[in-house]
Amino acid sequence: MNKGQGLLTVRDIHIYYGNIHAIKGISLVVRKGEIVTLIGSNGAGKTTVLNAVSGVLKTRQGSIDFEGTRINRLSPHSIVRMGISQVPEGRKIFSRLTVTENLEMGAFIRNDIKEIVKDMEGVFELFPRLRERRGQIAGTLSGGEQQMLATARALMARPQLLLLDEPSMGLAPLLVETIFDTIQRISEEGTTILLVEQNALMAFVIATRGYVIQTGRIALEDKIENLSKNEMVRDLYLGGDLD
Amino acid sequence: MSYLLNPQVIIDQIINGLTIGGIYALIALGYTLVYGILFMINFAHGEIFMFGSFGGFAALTYFVNSGFSDTHPGLSIVAAFLAAMVVSAILGALLERIAYRPLRNAPRLAPLISAIGASIFLQNVMMLIIKARMQVYPDIIQEEFLEFGWFSISYFQLFIISGSVLLMVGLYLFIQKTKTGKAMRAVAEDRDAASLMGIDVNRIILITFVIGSALAAAAGVMVGIYYTQIDHMMGFIPGIKAFTAAVLGGIGNVPGAMLGGYFLGLAEAFGVLFMPAEYKDVIAFGLLVLVLIFRPSGILGEVVSERA
Ligand SMILES: Nc1ncnc2c1ncn2[C@@H]1O[C@H](COP(=O)(O)OP(=O)(O)O)[C@@H](O)[C@H]1O
Ligand SMILES: [Mg+2]
Repeated sequence: MNKGQGLLTVRDIHIYYGNIHAIKGISLVVRKGEIVTLIGSNGAGKTTVLNAVSGVLKTRQGSIDFEGTRINRLSPHSIVRMGISQVPEGRKIFSRLTVTENLEMGAFIRNDIKEIVKDMEGVFELFPRLRERRGQIAGTLSGGEQQMLATARALMARPQLLLLDEPSMGLAPLLVETIFDTIQRISEEGTTILLVEQNALMAFVIATRGYVIQTGRIALEDKIENLSKNEMVRDLYLGGDLD
Repeated sequence: MSYLLNPQVIIDQIINGLTIGGIYALIALGYTLVYGILFMINFAHGEIFMFGSFGGFAALTYFVNSGFSDTHPGLSIVAAFLAAMVVSAILGALLERIAYRPLRNAPRLAPLISAIGASIFLQNVMMLIIKARMQVYPDIIQEEFLEFGWFSISYFQLFIISGSVLLMVGLYLFIQKTKTGKAMRAVAEDRDAASLMGIDVNRIILITFVIGSALAAAAGVMVGIYYTQIDHMMGFIPGIKAFTAAVLGGIGNVPGAMLGGYFLGLAEAFGVLFMPAEYKDVIAFGLLVLVLIFRPSGILGEVVSERA
């Protein structure tokens, strides 16, 4: 696949919740190796877009292609098998399962036990805190640890494309930094990333390109260096104090 | 009432309670497994149990008529259990596929009505098959008693008690240790999150029905062997009692269903010491009402309260 081509190509999708027209024609491209961020305020439609890519929500119009294959009619579990994993909003870890069992569920699509064990070591290296808590029931973890677990769990599928839905939500600034450092490491190890954030401050540090979503439409799309100079972006998503 | 203090009576009732309790527990597990994943009461579960009993009946009758059971009594019984479990598993899968899956996103009342419809339908199918006549389970093993000084236990009781425990330990290990079992727990907790792991949620739901139905079938064969007479209405009372057991233990809670089954079995066994045997069923339904009023989440029922 040549460099300019999209790993993920979303073309003019429309999504409805009953009669509510939540996504009104969104297109976006994520290329191999990129960290692309999708920013927007609460209720703009970020989660809806990610869930459409994951197949949890159905598009009424438009198309979603992954590595040249149409995926917007596939079930969520087939999409995971194609190489797309999501770290959902609010983590959604399995709180009654242990940390290790959560990671095993992340690797559900795989049968290469030896490699799974190796990857589990890998995510424990990425998040040493999880190693200490591996036998613990996941519901007893702190918010930050749960975010680490949700991220680690998604990595266990060995995705080509990782979708992250507001990984910084509800975390202390220091933890947010740790999480974003890790996202950068994950990217450097070869995983392509689509990062959804409400707070663009941290997302802009690691992303290469960004989209701004407003009430179900893409309002802006550019390289991060340009976006961070944009007046509207600075006012709305950076708290006007980047520099 | 001095006989109440007689240890022999007490031990006898404990054995009776554990026997019938194990049967309730096996059926209750089906209610609880399905509820844990779909938040729906499968009211046709009693009929799945009934069909399992007839599956075992058909197999045993065949083995008796062909003379196979004379040479291989043990193998005949094992094969009858397997046949029953296969019959019920297929029926449970069909039920899920036809009666429940199309209503997965419908209002909660819809699958309930569908379940009651399926239950009546299955009763009538069996009524036609057996021409509404009671059937008698062939006896392959002689009912003999093992004497232990001051108490005795029949082969059947020993067989049912150990068989139900074995099945439940097997189920518990399956749910705790296997990949599919863990996926069942993951789906029960969060269907969408499970699908984001690549778990085929529909497949897991189907497997859940299959497992619950197979356990009910085993209970059906046990009831056939123990009480010898079976008919197309036999699923009704044990079905409601096992449902009571599941609610007692906290519906959706697997160890709870096991505990609830034994609790109910023992309560009935000891209850008959205090009241005429005809009132035995009152105990179960009285308990159901009391639990629903005072502790609707059941004895171990964190699952329901978590979701409430
Ligand atoms: N389950 C739902 N039912 C109805 N409307 C919904 C549902 N989920 C989201 N919406 C609506 O869709 C829009 C986009 O929501 P969402 O994608 O969650 O936004 P974001 O993730 O950007 O905060 C919002 O207006 C929200 O109210
Ligand atoms: Mg969101």
